[in-house]
Amino acid sequence: MAFLTDRKRASGMGSAKTGTEHHWQMMVTSVALLVLTPLFIFTFGAILGSSYEEVIAYYQRPFPAVVAILTMLVGFFHYRLGVQTLIEDYVHGFARKAAIIGMICLSYAAAAFAIFAIVRIAL
Amino acid sequence: MPTKGTVMSDVNRGNRPLSPHLTIYRPQWTSMSSILVRITGNALIVAALMIVWWFVAAASGPEAFATANGFVTSWFGDLVMTLSVLGLWYHLLGGLRHLVWDSGRMLDVDKSELAAQMMMVLSVLLTIFTVIVL
Repeated sequence: MAFLTDRKRASGMGSAKTGTEHHWQMMVTSVALLVLTPLFIFTFGAILGSSYEEVIAYYQRPFPAVVAILTMLVGFFHYRLGVQTLIEDYVHGFARKAAIIGMICLSYAAAAFAIFAIVRIAL
Repeated sequence: MPTKGTVMSDVNRGNRPLSPHLTIYRPQWTSMSSILVRITGNALIVAALMIVWWFVAAASGPEAFATANGFVTSWFGDLVMTLSVLGLWYHLLGGLRHLVWDSGRMLDVDKSELAAQMMMVLSVLLTIFTVIVL
């Protein structure tokens, strides 16, 4: 007598995890970054190389600051999903889990530092 | 209860055909352009962390900013940033191709290959444009 259905026995094994949500989040962040990335390249690129005073004054303006905050937030979340797929394809066993956890923590930490810094400059 | 080997959840390794070994596999526009999307996307972490450092330094004060800004705008920093702009434009176009694919369009081999060639040409043109404008 089998107590588990075939679907339940497959759940959690192989690809039967949270692929749909992962893919949907990738689609949403991709569309957002399609707009944010060019805006960030040209706002950040415009001020890179300027003096400290000019940089501070520039990022006190709402538009460059919000573009930078959104790019860091969405960009690092997108990276966190992408690097997980990379690790899942090439790393196996315990190292896989360790690498995924490490890179997720790095992604969120980088986003937090960047956003804190931009908010501090802006306010 | 189905017998072993008749349900998808049974692990059956051994008799399956192996996927092509990359070392003897002929490079194609589709595979190469896809691999490049992965490489560019993940390599962008280097420039991204440099930019985070630059923002944190700017928020910390003039001295910290001078150090980070000096590194980011050095010849090495310029090299990383310029290559990353190329990688970023390429990855963006690759993402755009994925969104088009997800809508069920351009899935034929010839159209995918055309998209791959356009990604490579457009990313170089956009990089040249970016370097000239900035």
